[in-house]
Amino acid sequence: MTRRLLLLLPLIGFLGLSIFLYQGLSLNPFHRDSALMARDFPEFDMVTLEDPGQRVDNSLLARGEVTLVNVWGEWCPECKREMPQLLDLADRGIRLVGISYKDTREKGLGFLQDFGNPFELNIFDPEGELAFELGVYGAPETFLVDREGIIRYHHTGYISASDVREYILPEVEKWQ
Amino acid sequence: MAVTRGSVASRLALLMVLLFTALLASGVQANMTSNAIELREFDDPVTEQRYRSLTASLRCPTCENQAINDSDAPVSGDMRDRVYMMLMDDRSDMEILDHMVERFGNYVLYNPRLEGRTFLLWALPAGLVLAGFGLVALVVRARRNASSRVLSPDERERLEAMISHRGRNQ
Repeated sequence: MTRRLLLLLPLIGFLGLSIFLYQGLSLNPFHRDSALMARDFPEFDMVTLEDPGQRVDNSLLARGEVTLVNVWGEWCPECKREMPQLLDLADRGIRLVGISYKDTREKGLGFLQDFGNPFELNIFDPEGELAFELGVYGAPETFLVDREGIIRYHHTGYISASDVREYILPEVEKWQ
Repeated sequence: MAVTRGSVASRLALLMVLLFTALLASGVQANMTSNAIELREFDDPVTEQRYRSLTASLRCPTCENQAINDSDAPVSGDMRDRVYMMLMDDRSDMEILDHMVERFGNYVLYNPRLEGRTFLLWALPAGLVLAGFGLVALVVRARRNASSRVLSPDERERLEAMISHRGRNQ
């Protein structure tokens, strides 16, 4: 009898493997952790979108306060859709810093005029250098930087109102 | 009747030719876009070969099933630029791959590295082959033992009885 049961082993193994692989089908490959998770925000020394004479570096982020760093571009339709949510976050007293990604100064400033400006300031990154260091592969992307300047959370794509409630606010609370 | 059949056949043939040309044209176009990505200059063919193999083994972070040498995504263009710059800067292949993994994660490697997380991926096929050999060895041994076993007098008697029984029936 036990020998008979042993014959079922390959079938059981096959079923186990099938369930494992089937689960893989429903995973979203865009929901992967940033490679920079729990690491320092990359070094930078750049000018702001608002003022070509104003230099900013990492001291901007490690200021004893949680900061949301949002990568956006005027050319990106999803970025426009997420602005109301970002304005809402700013209204709640959360500090936001923008990265103006692969835009001209003119277009970037025009975007802020049209869709509102929730950012304390915007880092001007026309060539996408800082974004490359951050491993950004498409705007919008949002990084949560903790009080010491360490990246603690990464959101790829558009932030919806329910994302704000389900992910962003709890994460900000957790690291505040 | 024969006439209509003929015209149907010729129409079909025309359709096939049209389809084929369309396919060819789209293929040519696809080739042109992927070849026209960038023109790079290399000091020597070895570096050029390294550039080709690196950009073929790095996966585009936003398009899943394309290498960066085959993708029009802006981030792939940036990655190709970085690979080229680092090659011109005399960096090793390992350094370039590390540079990309540090920023975009293990996801960008088409050849996953052997490490704790990917251990099963590499070890499982080898392990299964070994287990298979083990199983075959066990079965062969069991068979050999079974066939070399001498019949007991009791069994021999039953066997004789069966044989003679069959013989009588025929």
